[in-house]
Amino acid sequence: MKTSVERLTGLFVELTKRSAGLQPALTTPNPPTDAAKPELAAAQPSAPLPVTHATRGFDFDATVAPADVVTAAEIMDREGFAIDAVTGVDWIAQNEMEIVYDFFHPTEPVRAVVRTRVPRAEPELPTISPVFPGANWHERETHDFFGIRFAGHPNLKPFLLPEDADFHPLRKDYQP
Amino acid sequence: MITSKESLAADSPDHAPHETFVLNLGPQHPAAHGVLRVLMTMDGEWIQRAEPIIGYIHRMHEKMGENRTYAKFLPNTSRIDYLSAMHYTHAFVGAVERAAKIEVPIRAEYIRVITSELNRISSHMVWWGALLLDLGGFTPILYAFDDREKILDLLEGLCGARLTYCYYRFGGLCNDADDAFLNGTRDFVKHMQPRLKMYRDLVTDNIILRKRLTDIGEISAELCRKYGATGPVIRGAGVAYDVRRAEPYSIYPRFDFKIPTYPECDSMARYLVRMDEMEQSLRIIEQALDGITAGPVMAPKVPRVLKLPPGDTCYAVEAARGRFMVRIVSDGKDTPYRVKLRTPSFSNLSLYEEASKGMILPDALAMMGSLDLVIPDIDR
Repeated sequence: MKTSVERLTGLFVELTKRSAGLQPALTTPNPPTDAAKPELAAAQPSAPLPVTHATRGFDFDATVAPADVVTAAEIMDREGFAIDAVTGVDWIAQNEMEIVYDFFHPTEPVRAVVRTRVPRAEPELPTISPVFPGANWHERETHDFFGIRFAGHPNLKPFLLPEDADFHPLRKDYQP
Repeated sequence: MITSKESLAADSPDHAPHETFVLNLGPQHPAAHGVLRVLMTMDGEWIQRAEPIIGYIHRMHEKMGENRTYAKFLPNTSRIDYLSAMHYTHAFVGAVERAAKIEVPIRAEYIRVITSELNRISSHMVWWGALLLDLGGFTPILYAFDDREKILDLLEGLCGARLTYCYYRFGGLCNDADDAFLNGTRDFVKHMQPRLKMYRDLVTDNIILRKRLTDIGEISAELCRKYGATGPVIRGAGVAYDVRRAEPYSIYPRFDFKIPTYPECDSMARYLVRMDEMEQSLRIIEQALDGITAGPVMAPKVPRVLKLPPGDTCYAVEAARGRFMVRIVSDGKDTPYRVKLRTPSFSNLSLYEEASKGMILPDALAMMGSLDLVIPDIDR
């Protein structure tokens, strides 16, 4: 069975449904308002661009609950996707951390993105490195830069940063 | 090939305790071609575990992306993989152009393709010379740098830089290609074709090289998929994955070129993929030189200070080492909210620990050479 955007959408129906209550307009970035008033910031979502390869650089975009990222990775693995990258975005105004999983397909022209959000105070979610061993390094890097903890990760020590680093430079409140 | 287990059976009596020792390769080791450290647990000559330790030249490009405007970050892109600078700049300007809906004039696209492919050849020439140097053949690197010099001279005449070009701009190029460049490129193609044939005769078919690379350093297609390895590594595992085809960008769909693949999965397959790729790059350059027309090289009315619409945009290119992707997250201001750089060397090296298990040290170093690592590209 060939992988396509329609097929992926079908496979992700349950997962995206479960993430529905997670947070409104998950791809909405910080509106340029006072960071001290997060409730004001979250109240004005702007319409995200449509997801097509020509406009965004990927064909499929799914938001799942943090607990479901392993299930999502397993779906991508079964569909024959390869791990592209794992990274974070610090949405400080909404007091959340976004984790973005990129996948590319070695033989089909489908580029997929899976994302989730965790609270900034408790940035923890399960690791997908048992499914994609390549995620090991990407998650370590994300832990370095954002302090996001990947539960069950075999080796979450500083990677690109010095071995005694206790800071997370891509957090928006990081002061050098 | 003798495996670790067989060697133990042959070397030591059944009850003799055997010891392992730790070998620290790098961070200053000639075979790593940069500050890469590999912590190896050795069982005699055999590798039990080889853990790459990276970050020695980490410069936090991604943070720099967040505290300056899009145009000010542009020169950084040439400094991530300094051997493949054109491709990296291409991905960043591509992401900005995609988000801001800037249309690039066709002449600029042609020149981008020509310079990108020239850059691919010059990068592969460095890899080729360095790999053979690692394997003990000194002469080829002199030939390789001779060819590469011609490319660097051409690109220097075009944009003033020999390595960190920063030649592409949002909406086009910083200046037009003159006849000296176009004619010089034509001459280079004529020069390079017989050179590649000579390299095949003198080096590729050399029995010593064959014995060092053939059937050694297996990296399967499945391993590539699980680790996200791309470029010549995945194509050396028989998978025709090339971003120029998988996610067509610029005007690559206009050109007729093959994606060289070899199904053997060994170091030799990755070697042959790169050698064939240079021929294909020459084919693309020839077609582009035939097809190029006069016209502007900058899109009209690109604002000096760009503000991208909110949201995230990705742009991937086929760099010399594989898939390079830029993800820009914008919140509508004049600086990016987040810039993610997905580099091929990072993913290609991440499989090293698994792939090098049970290999003897010299073979593992030959395999590392066949991955074509650029350390600043890993560390960013």
